[in-house]
Amino acid sequence: MLQVTDLTVAYDATPVFTDATVTFDAGKITGIIGPNGAGKSTLIKAALGLIKKQHGTATFNDRPLSDFKRRIAYVEQRKDLDLTFPISAFDVVLTGTYARLGLFNHPGREEKARAKAALEQVQLGAFAQRQIGNLSGGQLQRVFVARAIVQDADLIILDEPFVGIDLQSETTIMAILKQWQRAGKTIIIVHHDLNKVFQYFDDLVVMNHGIIDYGPVAQVYTAANITRAFSPDLSAVLFDRQEVAQ
Amino acid sequence: MTTITEFITALGRYGFLQSALLAAIMVGIMSGIIGAFIILRGMSLMGDAISHAVLPGVAIAYMLGINLLIGASVFGILAALLIGFVSTHSKLKTDTSIGIVFSAFYALGFILIAAAGSAVNLNHILFGNILAVADGDIMTTAIVLGLVLLFVVTFYKELQITSFDPVFAQTYGLKVQVIHYSLMLVLTLVTVSALQTVGIILVVAMLITPAATAFLWTNRLPVMLGLSAAIGAVSATVGLYLSYTFNWASGPAIVLVAALLFLLSFVLAPKQGFVRLKMRVTRPRPQKAGPGLADQEVL
Repeated sequence: MLQVTDLTVAYDATPVFTDATVTFDAGKITGIIGPNGAGKSTLIKAALGLIKKQHGTATFNDRPLSDFKRRIAYVEQRKDLDLTFPISAFDVVLTGTYARLGLFNHPGREEKARAKAALEQVQLGAFAQRQIGNLSGGQLQRVFVARAIVQDADLIILDEPFVGIDLQSETTIMAILKQWQRAGKTIIIVHHDLNKVFQYFDDLVVMNHGIIDYGPVAQVYTAANITRAFSPDLSAVLFDRQEVAQ
Repeated sequence: MTTITEFITALGRYGFLQSALLAAIMVGIMSGIIGAFIILRGMSLMGDAISHAVLPGVAIAYMLGINLLIGASVFGILAALLIGFVSTHSKLKTDTSIGIVFSAFYALGFILIAAAGSAVNLNHILFGNILAVADGDIMTTAIVLGLVLLFVVTFYKELQITSFDPVFAQTYGLKVQVIHYSLMLVLTLVTVSALQTVGIILVVAMLITPAATAFLWTNRLPVMLGLSAAIGAVSATVGLYLSYTFNWASGPAIVLVAALLFLLSFVLAPKQGFVRLKMRVTRPRPQKAGPGLADQEVL
């Protein structure tokens, strides 16, 4: 369980959000939704200690999250990635073993076997030696999910994993997320597609420059919360349509 | 005109030429290896900056009569720290702070060298004087080469991951900044070793050109490192031959050979060579398969 308490982050003088408090339960897939610029990725990065926070804490199972660095798999948005880097799909997955190896140790037979198995699990066994720039968006995302598999983390955070990927990749990734969920891991997905909220998530965090609400999807995915986070118009469209569908 | 056989005969006869060749090859190898990481991290400009910023350190070391490596390391690291400090504590982008810091250090270096007087030949520092390599220099260069190899072999996976995906490295607790400044320190050591071979102004060419050439030929990092080192060594050897034969300055001769190898690779290399790109344009491949179709390949 990841507990974020009173987290405040500000770039320059304007805070992105103040005193954000939210709980992510183990054995659940929790989605974070909110409009662009709502502070979704910022919340994750600040909790992980990747960017500076003004104040607040992040604990995992009641201990500082920084004690668990090797148990965290974080798959950030891939937009800043250097796709020309001379590295193969297999070697990217292998980097998932680095945290546990520590300094001075190099991946051996066991690590390589785990990387190979993870690539096969995301159905990319045949693409192991392919340079990452020669993979499709969906395949690349699966490579990073395979790296998270190899990390054998307790806390898994994916930032916009389904943006610009094909349906098969999305399905494969979702199946792995469900496996992690059954294994009792804490899974957090930053997401933008409101349509699949019920299908994909157990819990939901609704954000817009702060936490608007969080809890089980059925309780949190309401017209009122969507109105507050996005707009009354969007809320009207979404919830009218759902009523018609039901 | 001296032929290759004459060059080889001269090599057998003159100790200074042997020393020059040995030093040039060692510098070619080390700058090729470190240069590969420099270009992959998008730090070519930083490589240029550090190589220029060591100048005041070299001048002070001359004045105090201490080892050049010590003076240069201090100023190399100081420049790297200052560049980092200015860009993180202001709204300026890194390339701007690099421009400010390195030109200031370089300017300071000129003034200090003038103050040091006749003890230092500025020309040799700027353009290299490979034929004056002493036995002590060979020893220092060999030690630096050993350090570079040890550094890259020991921290291969840290260098790889911080170059490719620094955020991931940071998430699992790797001290990304420590790796960065260690690389900067090694870079200053390489720079000083290359002083005598190619001179300060052209060190950056030895760092970037062989690595960029190697990059065009391979998609694998270990191969790129080996190839870059080999291209560095070949450029140094051929450059020295040209320098000896035509009485050219050694630094520019070596750098021009490296540039020529790059040009050949740019045209011919299979990965992103000019010829292949041209062919791709004139003979278009079938429409790229959509995501759904692409996965047929997988299954």
